[in-house]
Amino acid sequence: MHSIVKWLAAALLAATVSPAYAVLNVFATVPEWGALAEELGGDAVKVYVATNALQDPHHIEAKPSLIARARSADLVVATGAELEIGWLPLVVQQAGNPQIRAGQPGYFEAANYVTLRDKPARLDRAEGDVHPAGDPHIQGDPRNISRVASALAARLAEIDPANAETYRSRYKTFDEKWRAAIARWEREAAPLKGVPILVQHKGFTYLIAWLGMKEVAALEPKPGVEPTVSYLSEVLATIQRQPVKIVIRAAYQSDRASQWIAERAKITPVVLPFTVGGDPEAKDLFGLFDDTLARLLKAIG
Amino acid sequence: MSRQLWASALLASVLVVPSIAAAASDAELAEIREQIKQMKESYETRIRALEDRLKAAETAATSAPAPVAAQAPGPSASTLAAFNPGIAVVLQGNYQSLKQDPAQYGFNNIQIGEEVTPGRRGLGLAESEINFFASVDHLFAGNLTVSLAPDNSVSVEEAYGLVTALPYGVVPKFGRFFSGVGYMNEQHQHAWDFQDAPLAYQAFFGGQFTQDGAQVKWIAPTDTFLEFGAEIGNGDAFPGSPRNSNSAGAWSAFVHAGGDIGASSSWRAGVSYLDTRAVDRIGKLPDTTGNIAQTSFAGKTHTAIADFVWKYAPDGNATRTNFKVQGEYFWQRARGDMTYDSDGAPGLTNTDAYSANQSGWYLQGVWQFMPMWRVGLRYDRLSQGTPEYGTNTAFLATDPFSPQRATMMVDWTPSEFSRFRIQYAQSKTRPDFTDNQFFLQYILTLGAHGAHKF
Repeated sequence: MHSIVKWLAAALLAATVSPAYAVLNVFATVPEWGALAEELGGDAVKVYVATNALQDPHHIEAKPSLIARARSADLVVATGAELEIGWLPLVVQQAGNPQIRAGQPGYFEAANYVTLRDKPARLDRAEGDVHPAGDPHIQGDPRNISRVASALAARLAEIDPANAETYRSRYKTFDEKWRAAIARWEREAAPLKGVPILVQHKGFTYLIAWLGMKEVAALEPKPGVEPTVSYLSEVLATIQRQPVKIVIRAAYQSDRASQWIAERAKITPVVLPFTVGGDPEAKDLFGLFDDTLARLLKAIG
Repeated sequence: MSRQLWASALLASVLVVPSIAAAASDAELAEIREQIKQMKESYETRIRALEDRLKAAETAATSAPAPVAAQAPGPSASTLAAFNPGIAVVLQGNYQSLKQDPAQYGFNNIQIGEEVTPGRRGLGLAESEINFFASVDHLFAGNLTVSLAPDNSVSVEEAYGLVTALPYGVVPKFGRFFSGVGYMNEQHQHAWDFQDAPLAYQAFFGGQFTQDGAQVKWIAPTDTFLEFGAEIGNGDAFPGSPRNSNSAGAWSAFVHAGGDIGASSSWRAGVSYLDTRAVDRIGKLPDTTGNIAQTSFAGKTHTAIADFVWKYAPDGNATRTNFKVQGEYFWQRARGDMTYDSDGAPGLTNTDAYSANQSGWYLQGVWQFMPMWRVGLRYDRLSQGTPEYGTNTAFLATDPFSPQRATMMVDWTPSEFSRFRIQYAQSKTRPDFTDNQFFLQYILTLGAHGAHKF
């Protein structure tokens, strides 16, 4: 018994007097903000990404590992717009870390810095898993990434003034590269303009708007509700009147509904990485859009 | 009228212009061209300036930090409602077919709380729940869960304040709350994977242990989740009882650890200890006549729990398929006096010393084999140990017997907010008392989005 107490005391001591790291602990809820924090923070930040690209961001549990990481985070970078409503408030509440509570400088919501699309006119669960503030999947439009980057760089500088110059200069470098990349992507993506498509889940609103594609229908009868055969048949009827070229889905989604419709309508199913890490090519933010466009362009031939 | 006149005049002049132009000299024509060119340039400059201003305004609007505030409806309508707490409602009901009379429900040689039963037979409403949650101020958050029982009685299931402003991983809680001991104890009944509580919870906690008191949790600053907790409470709830005393009647301590194994698995495991005191705690035990007799217990109870849960989903994406195993082991030691009361009415009663060391465990697995559909299996077993009844031995059914139960369930979850379940159990809690239990259950959740608790 005595040795257990000693061992515990030693463990506690070791845990509490662990060396004070100069690096800023960033807790990113989704991979795109983790990647952005890496771009802007470099060696000045240590980034933990709570979810991966193969997980459905709507259905995450407040796992013990997340609480442990939130406990020592200096900054939470979330999407907001209720994307993380099911787990982040609980994680923050259980972490005992008042720095990262909503409203504090240590809590950053990307959706606050962009104009949200598709704010539902009717707020009712009968409409499916609707997001009251608007569609939270803002990472589909690289211009949104620009806006978030500028705000995030400012926030990093605010909570870590010692490294403010690092964040400013890294932001400047990133912003120049990113703007050049957007110009290049927009040139490359010209053939996608006006292309009619199907989406599995309404998660590509921003990407579609940016590229000027035309979303004819979604395979989910309501957002977040699993596609059914009867509903897919309706979609099939719709696209016989309004032909589409491709059906797109995110890497984390099941291929069944897309395959079903693709076989019957003779269209190409396309898996998009959706976020950083969704496939091997999308290893950072630049790779995400390079790969997304490459896959779309290849699919429309 | 005059406007129409002017319009016709203008139209006429426009029609006439070409003829005038035709008549004009080349010099005049050049002059007119020059004038038009100048006008065009001037307009283009102005349009460009306007475009620039528009773009600037757009950028300002999109980068403004709080467009949400601008979209909110007028303050007069929303000021009062804006501070309303999040409200969530749970509606439940079921159909139960029980082979044995629920009034005869009891565990051989294990004293259980008087209200522990498998529920009523036939169609019935189950517990409805209303939950309110909001920040109180910059220091506290508050949570109230009211339970509405099918017999129209209202009870406060949880009502607690939470200190949200403390640093260093310290999270205090005070009021009435489900104790943090074990794994399932903190979960509300509608979040369970089976309709009813494991036998160990029924036997040793009367279903679920509630503290009226205070709790402090400390999360260690480590990458692996490590949580230490301690609680003190009045101990009114089973295995304690109200005592009319100024001192605390229950205290507990627990440690939980948890983490991830790769992207696909996560786990949590822990050990807990609970100490309670009771005075005239009403319970029930089968007696020699085969009836359920009323008992009263006064004394101390010590309970220890070891718990674990392991969840698996391919790549951590639980939406399609996932698998979950959980188990808990209970050990309980009771020392005190027990009064035997044949039927709870004035008549034969007998009081003598009582002591028992008893244990129990359950193990369950739930597999979501396709979106929306899950199946689950659970096995329960209790060990009665060697209870010492003193002179009460003469009245009680004391044959050695280990209560056990096997349960299977299938549930359908069309959305995060609704669930329908079929459950079948074979429950042997007394000798020659095998109960075949069949349940149909629905759970509907409406209102504020609930938390996805691990």
